Amino acid sequence: MLLITCPWCGPRSEPEFSYAGEPVMRPGPAEAVSDQSWADYLYMRRNDKGPHQENWCHAGGCGQWFMLERDTVTHANLRTQAPA
Amino acid sequence: MRYSSLALLRQGIAGHGGWPQAWRSAALQPSYDAVIIGGGGHGLAAAYYLAKLHRLRRIAVLEKGWIGGGNTGRNTTIVRSNYFFPQSVALYDFALRQYEQLSAELNYNIMLSQRGVIYLGHSDHDMETMARAVNAMQINGIDTELLDAAQVRAEVPLANFAADARFPIHGAFIQRRGGIARHDAVAWGYARAADGLGVDIIQNCEVTGFRIDNNRVRAVETTQGPVAAGVVGLSVSGHSGVFAGMAGFRLPITSYALQAMVSEPIKPALNVVASSWATGMYVSQSDKGELVFGAGLDLYPSYAQRGNLPTTQAIVAAMTEIFPPFRRLKMLRQWAGIVDVPWDYSPILGPSPVGNLYLNAGWGTGGFKATPAGGYFLAHAMATGGHHPISAPFDLSRFARAALIDEAAGAGIAH
Repeated sequence: MLLITCPWCGPRSEPEFSYAGEPVMRPGPAEAVSDQSWADYLYMRRNDKGPHQENWCHAGGCGQWFMLERDTVTHANLRTQAPA
Repeated sequence: MRYSSLALLRQGIAGHGGWPQAWRSAALQPSYDAVIIGGGGHGLAAAYYLAKLHRLRRIAVLEKGWIGGGNTGRNTTIVRSNYFFPQSVALYDFALRQYEQLSAELNYNIMLSQRGVIYLGHSDHDMETMARAVNAMQINGIDTELLDAAQVRAEVPLANFAADARFPIHGAFIQRRGGIARHDAVAWGYARAADGLGVDIIQNCEVTGFRIDNNRVRAVETTQGPVAAGVVGLSVSGHSGVFAGMAGFRLPITSYALQAMVSEPIKPALNVVASSWATGMYVSQSDKGELVFGAGLDLYPSYAQRGNLPTTQAIVAAMTEIFPPFRRLKMLRQWAGIVDVPWDYSPILGPSPVGNLYLNAGWGTGGFKATPAGGYFLAHAMATGGHHPISAPFDLSRFARAALIDEAAGAGIAH
């Protein structure tokens, strides 16, 4: 069971949260984007073993989104950060 | 030594002291024509088919731990080929047909039990979706049948048929050629057969990096020193992304923990593999009498081979809801394997962005059933540099071509 520190609500337990993937930047402008770079954006992931940056949503709480850096081997939550 | 009843009788009379080692403890050589990374069932099968069908010599399988100790030893041993899309049926039924004759081919009993895999439907909508799936499978030549509730009761009498059940049983579909096989025996059988053809199986040898020059792998770095390689196959399941990173590219894969668990052993109570579409739960009874069960993935990426408690609870709740008599059993063990899940839940096979590095990745939650196919098509790619017609649709390029094979939606994945 993870204990995740929501930037707004403080430490709350895992079932209140939903994982929402690695942060990715949408390439653009659209006319300059190749099929390969669009596929990279849609599908290719770092999938880090160790510290991993992730988007999470406190879906069963305040409903806010934030960044969580989490170790995918130890499951230690290293830091959370509210969106800028 | 060829295994036979006569050999068993002779060894039995002699007190079983004379069985030879099933495979050598080979010493790592400085150079190989073909190096396979990962000594699970898939990697060992690839080595076997490279040596047997493609006549390659100087083949090594490099395994970080002990062979069959990763996902090969952590799955729920289910085999089946009831997929939705024709490309998937061709791939998974190839594997099942190999399994059907593998004990004889390898001279090693993989204890295949084609007891049937049944999927329970819990609503009229489930049954309509199942009718569609069964129609597609039958058109593709797969032996699936739709069952009504009375027929289901004859197959799984201990399931929850109460009128007020949370998941009432409206019917099911079954693949009778599906079932279970002994996972360790698959790895050991392939290892013994590959060793017999001269393959070096190197255990406790972790690959830590690649020496890449001019977009070709010249050597792999290992904890036992560098090994020059003519061609390299990657067969590392949950760590596919890590190795792609070492080789300088990314894969459309996320690694998750997939849990499984067993109950204490009981007398025979369940003679099919039973699965529930609404909960994703699947359960079978092992030859030792334990109920082996699991359900969906943990909810976020992980490389920790244990799984987290909320998912464990959901799996146990689903299993005991569908089979109320099993509530009284004690749990014996729980574990997790790390699986490499692509977006469309279909594997990624064949060439990689690095010239002589070939992929057998992305089997996600269903790799065990595909072990012969993973090995066969990896061997084909390593030996020929290209695809077998069956593996071609599963090329990495399908993501940029928007030619996904979406079994996540098609087959209603539950392994």
